Amino acid sequence: MIGVAPKETSRGGLLKALSANEAVAEAVKDLDVDVIAAYPITPQTTVVEKLAEYVANGLLDAEFVPVESEHSALSVVLGASAVGARSFTATSSQGLIYMHEMLHIASGLRLPIVMSVAMRALSAPISIWNDHSDVMNVRDSGWIIYFVSSAQEAYDTTLMAYRLAEDPSVLLPVMVAYDGFIASHTIEPVSVEGRDAALDFAPKRVTWETLDPKNPVTMGAITSPDYYYEIKYQQVDAMKKALERARDVEREFGNRFGRGYGLVEGYMVEDAEAALLVTASYWDNVRIAVDLARKKGLKAGALKLRLYRPFPREELLDSIKNLKVLGVIDRAISYGATPSGPLAVEIIAAIRERSNVAVQSIVAGIGQRTVYIEDYLKLFERLKEIGDRGERPDTTLFYGVRA
Amino acid sequence: MSFKIRTIRDIPREELIAGGHNLCAGCTAGTIVRHLLKVAGRNTIVVTATGCVEVSTTPYPYTSWHVPWIHVAFENAAAVAAGIESGIKALARKGLVDSKERINVIALAGDGGTFDIGFQALSGMLERGHRVLYVVYDNEAYMNTGIQRSSATPPGAWTTTTPVGSRLRGEHRPKKSLIDIAIAHRIPYAASANPAYPVDMARKFEKGLSVEGPALVHVLMPCTTGWKFEPRYGIRIARLAVETGMWINWEYENGALRVTVKVPRRKPVEAYLRMQGRFSHLTKEEIEEIQRMVDLEVERVNKLVGETAIGPVVRDY
Repeated sequence: MIGVAPKETSRGGLLKALSANEAVAEAVKDLDVDVIAAYPITPQTTVVEKLAEYVANGLLDAEFVPVESEHSALSVVLGASAVGARSFTATSSQGLIYMHEMLHIASGLRLPIVMSVAMRALSAPISIWNDHSDVMNVRDSGWIIYFVSSAQEAYDTTLMAYRLAEDPSVLLPVMVAYDGFIASHTIEPVSVEGRDAALDFAPKRVTWETLDPKNPVTMGAITSPDYYYEIKYQQVDAMKKALERARDVEREFGNRFGRGYGLVEGYMVEDAEAALLVTASYWDNVRIAVDLARKKGLKAGALKLRLYRPFPREELLDSIKNLKVLGVIDRAISYGATPSGPLAVEIIAAIRERSNVAVQSIVAGIGQRTVYIEDYLKLFERLKEIGDRGERPDTTLFYGVRA
Repeated sequence: MSFKIRTIRDIPREELIAGGHNLCAGCTAGTIVRHLLKVAGRNTIVVTATGCVEVSTTPYPYTSWHVPWIHVAFENAAAVAAGIESGIKALARKGLVDSKERINVIALAGDGGTFDIGFQALSGMLERGHRVLYVVYDNEAYMNTGIQRSSATPPGAWTTTTPVGSRLRGEHRPKKSLIDIAIAHRIPYAASANPAYPVDMARKFEKGLSVEGPALVHVLMPCTTGWKFEPRYGIRIARLAVETGMWINWEYENGALRVTVKVPRRKPVEAYLRMQGRFSHLTKEEIEEIQRMVDLEVERVNKLVGETAIGPVVRDY
């Protein structure tokens, strides 16, 4: 613990020194979650250690289930959610991949579970350090996915996550993902709103079908080719609704707490020629790099993709409309794909009919290879060259890899 | 604790699993589940692992279940049940569900979903002490996928993955002893049962549901399709399993072990094996080998319970 006393904020919250992991735990406490199940994995552990402390000290009245694996962690919260309990788990890396099977079942059963992911690279070789290979591997599991860039945003997004997940027109599980170590272990000032405000924003209402002996239902029946497709299509529809509701939730959060984000955030993009699109904690340094690039006369800008699933296509198109070149930084590799950055592939597909922006796929930060401010500056210079020459890059730039 | 079930008349008449399901004709899983629900009653939530019972009782948009029921996956019925129990506990404490009446939480899985792929989740649930009754219907192979061996397959048995060929002659490893493993978790109740003894089986379900913690009931489930016998012989074979000592109905309660269906005079194992096509390749010598293994197991159990609960083989039974 560090010796910083909490301070009151102007809106009745408390300003505390918290890491993203601790901020998520604080939000879970404020949201009066009923069941928590988790298995330890670096760098997720401090979320659940904190929650275990809250439960042990009576600050949160929840069942804390210290399971024997991540597979069981998600199975336990799934069972708890199926009886109407607000439930939470957290993981990283191999743990998320070990849960993979259950991820699809949680979304298929339409259970509004929330999970935080302290993103970390995947084995082999084993690395405890950060990249986005874990979340990118589960992007098609039917979960709503947020990439958040600070401890404050981790707290706020956890509040929004329950509100969105439990919305009766959505009923999908939500992942709140942030960078392992870079965010999960970095202490920042965080304004926490307390239980009353959190529960007022995301009230506990059981909006989904539950297992209740007074009204018996069968969940998870076996389907034939006559039915399976339509049931899966309902998830497609739910994601569409989730995008609309995510916009509302952003707006309502902003009105209530006086701070906000947006599904795609932009920095100096309105008059920029070249912009870098980043996710999660890269958002801080890339903005500093934009300022420095501007001083050098480069018309640089930056974008942050905050909501990844459902994909906020309109917001993205709107923020790139004045650009010549967009560099998309992926912290995961889609091996053998062209380009090899999974986010770049997706962005190219999403914008191709409605935008002429040239997209440069950039892979960086793999296994937490540090990307410094000067690296972003070099990338801005490269993007300017692409723009000046009118190039249409079609391969991935593996930035910083040693030949 | 006094128990209601003493005779067959004490088993409730209410049926909570509907007929018209897709289990094979002569499948004894239906018999087991039917009795389980009669004992448990309506105030029950059932989690079923992937397997015969799951696919046969819930072909969307139909269901046979009159109690709330969920299927999640193959290997995690115990974990899902633990979550259901934890959820109810938290919600009851907060006054969000009616806590006056106890809700039974039952996990139901086959031998594959228990002995093999579900083993870790089962161990976790038992060790953490959730109030869940775990019932395994053991047909001694992966019958739903088409008769592949599991770690519950007995020695000598033919399956599609332990075929009888010129070099290998069926399963060659002993059956995993699930009850011993369950007891090692220091749980309050564990038992084995068999549908040929419905009162004994129902009483074990009743006890398993009454304890303050995890309980496991391991039930032998003769499988007409996988064991290769005529559908009408399921219960006869289940009884022969007990009469030959191939299966022992015993229980572990309050720290003590006892055999609940004693067999003063045993039939030779041949009487059980010869009823089933899966053992039809066995030679006289191989049957004698299985007899020796059963004799050793009987001796071990008799020692554990401190009496000759299972007697010697009597050839002219």
